[in-house]
Amino acid sequence: MFRLEVRASTPAWFNLALPLLAIGATLVLCSGLIALAGAGVLESYGVMFTASLGDSYAITETMVRAAPMIFTGLAVAVAFRAKFWNIGAEGQLLAGAVASCFVGAIPMPGPLAMFLMAVAGAAAGAAVALVPATLRVKFKVDDVVSSLLLNSVIYYALMALIEGPWKDTFSGYPISPPIEDSANFPVLLEGTRLHLGVVVALITAPLIWFLIVRTTLGFRIRVTGENQEAARYGGIHVERVLISTALLSGALAGLAGVGEVGGVHFQVMSDISPGYGYSGIVVAMLARLNPLGVVPAAIFLAAVMTGAEAMSRATGVPAFLSDVIQGTALLAMLVALLFTAYRIRRVGAAR
Amino acid sequence: MSAVFEQIFQVGFLAAIIRIATPLAFATLGEMFSERAGVLNLGIEGIMLLSAMTGFTAASLSGSLWLGVLAAVLTGMLMGALHALFTVVLGLSQHVCGIGVTLFSSGLAYFLYRLIFGQQSVPPSIKGFETLPIPVLSGIPVLGPAVFNQFALVYMAILAIPLAAFVLYRTPWGLSVRMVGENPRAADSAGVSVIATRFQAVVLGGALMGLAGAFLSMAQFNAFTFGVVSGRGWVAIALVVFGRWDPWRSAGAALLFAFVDALQLRMQASGLGHIPYETFLMLPFIFTIVAMAVMSRNAVAPSALLKPFRREER
Repeated sequence: MFRLEVRASTPAWFNLALPLLAIGATLVLCSGLIALAGAGVLESYGVMFTASLGDSYAITETMVRAAPMIFTGLAVAVAFRAKFWNIGAEGQLLAGAVASCFVGAIPMPGPLAMFLMAVAGAAAGAAVALVPATLRVKFKVDDVVSSLLLNSVIYYALMALIEGPWKDTFSGYPISPPIEDSANFPVLLEGTRLHLGVVVALITAPLIWFLIVRTTLGFRIRVTGENQEAARYGGIHVERVLISTALLSGALAGLAGVGEVGGVHFQVMSDISPGYGYSGIVVAMLARLNPLGVVPAAIFLAAVMTGAEAMSRATGVPAFLSDVIQGTALLAMLVALLFTAYRIRRVGAAR
Repeated sequence: MSAVFEQIFQVGFLAAIIRIATPLAFATLGEMFSERAGVLNLGIEGIMLLSAMTGFTAASLSGSLWLGVLAAVLTGMLMGALHALFTVVLGLSQHVCGIGVTLFSSGLAYFLYRLIFGQQSVPPSIKGFETLPIPVLSGIPVLGPAVFNQFALVYMAILAIPLAAFVLYRTPWGLSVRMVGENPRAADSAGVSVIATRFQAVVLGGALMGLAGAFLSMAQFNAFTFGVVSGRGWVAIALVVFGRWDPWRSAGAALLFAFVDALQLRMQASGLGHIPYETFLMLPFIFTIVAMAVMSRNAVAPSALLKPFRREER
């Protein structure tokens, strides 16, 4: 007989081993679908790897995709640390994109425009996140459901905007007018799409780590998440912490949208986010809610997304495999996390 | 004002409300069973999508709509079992598992659909369910054509409401479900298997979510598209709160939501000026959020909702 035994502490190498275990299990499980599609498993994964991490250009493309997921991953990690269940990063991202597109279309010096785009996008994301947080604090409304429903509201609002006032009267396409050329984020490597926003994302991760681990607000966020009653007893104003967390989380998700407008699309369209907000949940869980872990986790998912498209062209396996991989990775990671709480012990027959 | 009343009491409008309410009623009852047993199922959105896909595929390949419904129900039960395995047996976070089940099911639905049907310029469709007028009853003025000239699945949804209430409040199994959702420790002492009961409730909930998906792809749209569910699962979760975890109230909540949805569809059709129709699509979701804000203060969720049960831990 085997039984689960509560583990007192977890060794540090678990932080690396568990995500790797989960990812390994995911790739093994999803190989069944590749075989079902009639393609070679190793060949398909090989194409995925080469197309996403095989050469320097592929790596820059993967990093461009990773940037929004670093931001949404951080947004979710911060929120989940406080047990504020923000599933609304998708809507907050869209709000950030719309706000930054508004600002970016106003003629002004480039650096100022980029700065104001970031401010507006972060503010818009924070404003959206404030809704579920306020509803939870004031009306006891479940934050999961309200933040999920809000995603639909924001999405339709964006659609109404690009089908209505923003609609391209010349072509009739439902896209916003482009931002000013001077507001386009500078490209860092000639011939690639690697833009300033990617670097900002990479710098933001350690900053958020510092905030969570080393500052008073970070301490309050962690204590609130671990034990709300204890936090309250210890004199922490839990409601205020939840609101602050929501503002921070929403602002981070909003910045994901800013990067997509300023660095990738230069305008807003209906498919500006292929679900980066939801991917942020997968990223945050793979990272075990550690802001530093968010970076490699986001790069992994970005590589899967970039690679899946190339794999689809080469082998005919539907690119939606990347969506299955994301879902499977999240579930596999949750199961792997059991090892942090329990160890499996062999129990003798005498017991 | 009288014009508004005229519209509301139009037979077509009433029939539309009933049709819109049907998948929501199935989904809401499914989520309610799961939550009454203490398990939040955020996988609902993905389960409905995958069921809609498998149901459509089975119907399209076999030519039998009822085989499609069976496939959708079995899919729902299977995914319910998956969620139960993670949350009930392994005791993992219900929030994150549910999101995982939704991401996984949606991804699988897209993947398999593309694999089976390829990329076609015109999405394949089927000849969906036809209305099945009930003799005599469909002759009643207004109510007859609106309620008793509907799809067979609509009648099933209407019957499912009293049936769900009966099962939950009048059967030993229903009592067990309520016990494991309110006080699993006491239920365990009374000899009720908490794990088994919760597992069964989540699987039953999955079956109902499967029916919701089947209705969408085989009666409402007669095709599978990636937006076939588009948030209806999330709405169902809100409706359970709004309906205070009771079958009758939950079904009433579904009807109320369907009224708002039918109203915004009418507003779209009337083409109010140059307002893009997406503006109206927001309304049911805003309504749901506001309704939750109004109701949540006094709503009492099952006490053991979100709490995993392990016998050896005290």
